[in-house]
Amino acid sequence: MSETPTPRRPLSPLPEKPPIPTTSPTTFVGGGLVEESFDLALARRHRNGRIFEWVCWLATWGSVLILGVLIAAMAWQAFGWLTPKFLVSMPKRNPAEAGILPGIVGTFWLILLTAILSVPLGVGAAIYLEEYAKPTLLTRFIQLNIANLAGVPSIVYGILGFTAFVRMFGLARSEYLISFGIGTFQLTLPFGRTVISGALTLALLSLPVVIIASQEALRSVPPSLRHASLALGATKWQTIRYQIIPSALPGMMTGVILAMSRAIGETAPLVAIGAATYITFTPGRIGSLSEVVTRPDKLAQVPFDSFTTIPMQIYGWINEAKPDFQHVAAAAILVLLAILLISNGLAIYIRQHFQKKIRW
Amino acid sequence: MSLIPRPASFASAANPSPTETAASPEASPLSGSHPVAANAGGANTSGGASTPLKIETRRMNFFYGSHQALFDINLRIPERAVTALIGPSGCGKSTYLRALNRMNDIIEGTRHTGDVLLDSHDIYAPNIDVVALRKRVGMVFQKSTPFPKSIFENVAYGMRIAGIRNRTFIQETVERCLQQSALWNEVKDRLKDSAMALSGGQQQRLCIARALATNPEVLLMDEPASALDPASTARIEDLIIELKQNYTIVIVTHNMQQAARISEFTAFFCQGRLVEVGLTKQLFFKPREKETEDYITGRFG
Repeated sequence: MSETPTPRRPLSPLPEKPPIPTTSPTTFVGGGLVEESFDLALARRHRNGRIFEWVCWLATWGSVLILGVLIAAMAWQAFGWLTPKFLVSMPKRNPAEAGILPGIVGTFWLILLTAILSVPLGVGAAIYLEEYAKPTLLTRFIQLNIANLAGVPSIVYGILGFTAFVRMFGLARSEYLISFGIGTFQLTLPFGRTVISGALTLALLSLPVVIIASQEALRSVPPSLRHASLALGATKWQTIRYQIIPSALPGMMTGVILAMSRAIGETAPLVAIGAATYITFTPGRIGSLSEVVTRPDKLAQVPFDSFTTIPMQIYGWINEAKPDFQHVAAAAILVLLAILLISNGLAIYIRQHFQKKIRW
Repeated sequence: MSLIPRPASFASAANPSPTETAASPEASPLSGSHPVAANAGGANTSGGASTPLKIETRRMNFFYGSHQALFDINLRIPERAVTALIGPSGCGKSTYLRALNRMNDIIEGTRHTGDVLLDSHDIYAPNIDVVALRKRVGMVFQKSTPFPKSIFENVAYGMRIAGIRNRTFIQETVERCLQQSALWNEVKDRLKDSAMALSGGQQQRLCIARALATNPEVLLMDEPASALDPASTARIEDLIIELKQNYTIVIVTHNMQQAARISEFTAFFCQGRLVEVGLTKQLFFKPREKETEDYITGRFG
């Protein structure tokens, strides 16, 4: 080994071309890579980094571009059709007069009921599985199946919902008038093609997603928090209530938001349970906002009334023969997108509010 | 390695004459007979400050599943004194500490044999409520773990979960505990701020204040200063010396100078066994076991 101790050469600035190595890059001197081949390799390493960054940039902005083109195309088709009147009108045979009101109201009630049904069940199941359940063969089996259920096509849930809720396995039809002092509403068994059937079906569809996301959120709570609480003499329930749930809440809400966003756009299961595409009233026949307060009987009737949703109306209009209905469908798609954006934005705002309460 | 015990730390230590303890013909702790007359018992009979027994483990073995982590531990921990547990990493000292307030229960598949006695009562007996036990035996962890709440709420947490609703009592206790942990002057104007905004040393003192607020009898400390800078460490050590007037303190530490500075009694663990236990002075200056000597002189560990 005859090494002449030369001072280390400063590295060449990155954007410039790497210096031509005087020896081949594979030449080793005294067991180490010579400086020139190091510089060459370094330039290549930086170049690989830039290529990767560029690929990621393309993946992001390419998708954004495609989305932009789609929205622009929709907006072009919907131009002149998306009017305030469109939002508050009932569907008509004449495309120029058609409106989307039953869809908006139907979607609202459907998602509200879906959330009421699936969030407590999903969060409760997640807390049980994460915090209480012993890791037995049975709980592992349940865990595996929840993951599987999250991947089941939604049409399958639709068929299940049709059998279990719409037909109730062929139960004979019976009607009940239920009075509660200031009003009366009609309950029909089996549920038929009503809001409650749709909500139960969508709740089943959302449950796996809600459970898995909530479990992830619970798992990401640092164990030290749990230990600190227990070491101070907190019971298991107090630790869950005062430390774990507050810390996991933002993550749980993210899961709920994603699940509900998916439910808003679902069409296939609603087609399968036979939700209407053309309907000229809103669930419960509620005619104005004030009736929500003044007519509790109508409000109670909402879950047990026929309904349609925006995706169902879009589906119906696309299948119409008159070409003008394509414009109506485009307008409805824009409304659906807007509702999704607004509700997601609202949910994220609420989540941030909760996150702020946890004072990390 | 140089040992520079602070004189102050020994001020209140029971201090039997070296001849008395050295003379006690104790068998090796490894033999399984009672090896610890030299610490608590010896201190008791010395006629100096009285240090009655607080915690005792008899022939305790501890298992993580099929892996045995502790072998036949016989140790007596005196009341209102600092007992340091030292030993190389993985020697079982933290496992032993966590067994004293049953924090090991959280880990699936752990079990023990032998007795763990707190005031002569077996803490693993079926009639013992682990929540009540942990109220009596508080714990401070290596990593400071403030809750993501305000400083005030962190200290008040133990009282709130215990069902105390009296606001004045909570306020007074929070102030007293923050003063005890020497944090009050630094945080009294920002009790409503997030505890996460405090520095590492402040967070650890907050955790000590939080542990004091439930009015425990025993404080277990698992390397409470190992992640702190020297200044913060010194403050924590002063605090521990202060606290031993009222609390029984068991501290796990990697820092032997720290053990020498703050503890009256030291137990040396190695590979799951209690090698030697005795007065800190004695153990550091005149260890009986070759293994102890090798460890404290830095030959291994």
